[in-house]
Amino acid sequence: MTPVIYIPKDSGALALGAEKVAKAIEAELKARGETARIVRTGSRGLYWLEPMVEVLTEKGRVAYGPVTAKDVRSLFDAGFLSGDQHHLWLGKPETIPFLAKQTRLTFARCGITDPLSLADYGAHGGLAGLRKALAMTPTDIVKAVTESGLRGRGGAGFPTGIKWKTVLDQVAERKYIVCNADEGDSATFADRMIMEGDPFVLIEGMAIAGIATGATKGFVYIRSEYPHAVAAMQAAIDIARKANVLGTAILGSPNAFDIEVRVGAGAYVCGEETSLLNSLEGKRGIVRAKPPLPAIQGLFGKPTVINNVISLASVPVILDRGAEHYRDFGMGRSRGTIPIQIAGNVKHGGLFEAAFGMTLGEIVEDIGGGTATGRPVKAVQVGGPLGAYFPPALFDTPFDYEAFAAKDGLIGHAGITVFDDTADMLKQARFAMEFCAIESCGKCTPCRIGSTRGVETIDKIAAGVEPAKNLALVTDLCNTMKFGSLCALGGFTPYPVMSAINHFPQDFAPKPMAEAAE
Amino acid sequence: MQPSGTQIEVADVAARTAAVIASYTHLEGPLLPILHAVQEEFGFVPTESLPVIAEALNISNAEAHGVVSFYHDYRRAPAGRHVLKLCQAEACQSMGSDRIAAMVKTTFGIGFHETSPDGSVTLEPVYCLGLCACAPAAMLDREVIGRLDAEAVDEIVAEVRR
Repeated sequence: MTPVIYIPKDSGALALGAEKVAKAIEAELKARGETARIVRTGSRGLYWLEPMVEVLTEKGRVAYGPVTAKDVRSLFDAGFLSGDQHHLWLGKPETIPFLAKQTRLTFARCGITDPLSLADYGAHGGLAGLRKALAMTPTDIVKAVTESGLRGRGGAGFPTGIKWKTVLDQVAERKYIVCNADEGDSATFADRMIMEGDPFVLIEGMAIAGIATGATKGFVYIRSEYPHAVAAMQAAIDIARKANVLGTAILGSPNAFDIEVRVGAGAYVCGEETSLLNSLEGKRGIVRAKPPLPAIQGLFGKPTVINNVISLASVPVILDRGAEHYRDFGMGRSRGTIPIQIAGNVKHGGLFEAAFGMTLGEIVEDIGGGTATGRPVKAVQVGGPLGAYFPPALFDTPFDYEAFAAKDGLIGHAGITVFDDTADMLKQARFAMEFCAIESCGKCTPCRIGSTRGVETIDKIAAGVEPAKNLALVTDLCNTMKFGSLCALGGFTPYPVMSAINHFPQDFAPKPMAEAAE
Repeated sequence: MQPSGTQIEVADVAARTAAVIASYTHLEGPLLPILHAVQEEFGFVPTESLPVIAEALNISNAEAHGVVSFYHDYRRAPAGRHVLKLCQAEACQSMGSDRIAAMVKTTFGIGFHETSPDGSVTLEPVYCLGLCACAPAAMLDREVIGRLDAEAVDEIVAEVRR
């Protein structure tokens, strides 16, 4: 058999030299007069092993990593086309503990298939959900999504089925499906990985959403910082259209649905759904007051489903395997699986999809392997720049929407940033305010002005100017921002700030005299 | 991308802008795609383009200006030959992005949002490139770079100064 070599084309792998590795492998094949088929895939999400190259041999798929261009010759010498031993040999990828411990429903194909091969997609279970949806009534599709317990994976955790039901119940000549792919939170990259590694699953999810709610037009709003995801989505949509997965007769049915990619312009706040809708309409990305809900008056005033990438990409597997199958994973009111993104100062960073309910400590220590620097963990920020900093004392918190809320935190888009003991939490609190000031849309006062005042006040604490009084002022300001802001940017900035103050008070205490005298 | 200092004729800007607009007017909400395309055409969004865009979309100059000024991506002046974006968000901070930024700033003698005097590079902060598991990260033009260290910075500097 002709060996098949799988080389990831995911941005993370490219950032670590995957393109150079691909070129070196091609050159080496040519020099040796050997033949192999090269397939460019997404990433499996084991970023400390990227670029991770896999070879399909008679023994199945065998992985090697992290591969650099200069390793390529020795890999060939060691017989990597037959899956033989080498110091970068990892064995069957599925047996690597980081992958073996996962439950991959949404990310079932990511890193395995050619992202732009519809045949590959179909061979690995793709389009089964859409086919089932086409045989169902819109009401039954919405019911299945509701019963699966799927909640918005963008961060708000609102039940997806209820959103869809509201749009289905509206009578309008035009409705929209908008996919929020403005993944701006630091430590998150699940949306990017799906769009680059399995774009058809998002297309399928959006098409199902369209059939379920009576919408015929979809938009994917992707941030401009993701040029590779933009290119992959665009290419996949063109392929899907040619194959009648999109268009006027989806898979030969009377249902019509088409998708357009739109690129953001570098505004973090456009990840907020109403701000995103304004941006799509060609306006400043200013937040809208709710009500009216987007489900009733959304894009161009029409009923609109606006869902995160992962929410939509989880729909095909729910329709294919049934609501119960999905709902049986998880705990409490957090059902199904969640793609956790482990990032920052961590030994084993990457994407870990698992049922809700693992503790934060298990994720950071057992799965992530502790810090990359080998120093003790000081804090982990969960949920991006608007998420709280958790100290190791709270590592018994289970990964669940309600459990995190009970500890004054949030799981958000499920990104986790690990910090070692060199982190200065006052600096992190200051950054949270500074980021809010940079990215505020300016519509509401607590966010627009509060963030700048917050930076100034934290600077005073750092300088030792009336620290107790200024700490009280920051606390009061956070209270005002939390309850007085129009959206989560101003409303949630207090989470990182207050958690830093509450869990790491020593970093906000006046510096000892000896240090100050230096 | 236009090198800094290039003079563009006003009439030329209007004609080229109009040509760009023509391929986007069929879209719903075409302003952002048009601005992206105009920036692709000129390397920035020339002030002279705005009345042409406003006229075509039946909006006021002020509205067009308001949109351009809202978004971080749109430039009002040409950038350097290269644009280097250094991620400054939390995941990269945890891996020392501030040290990398200081190194780069010292090497080029410029701060964020500035272009080096020789016009070779514009330096910008970016808040997340989605490369958080291989931090600190950067983007040089459209090329993504992860796990930045002193050696990687040297390579970037060599590339920029070539």
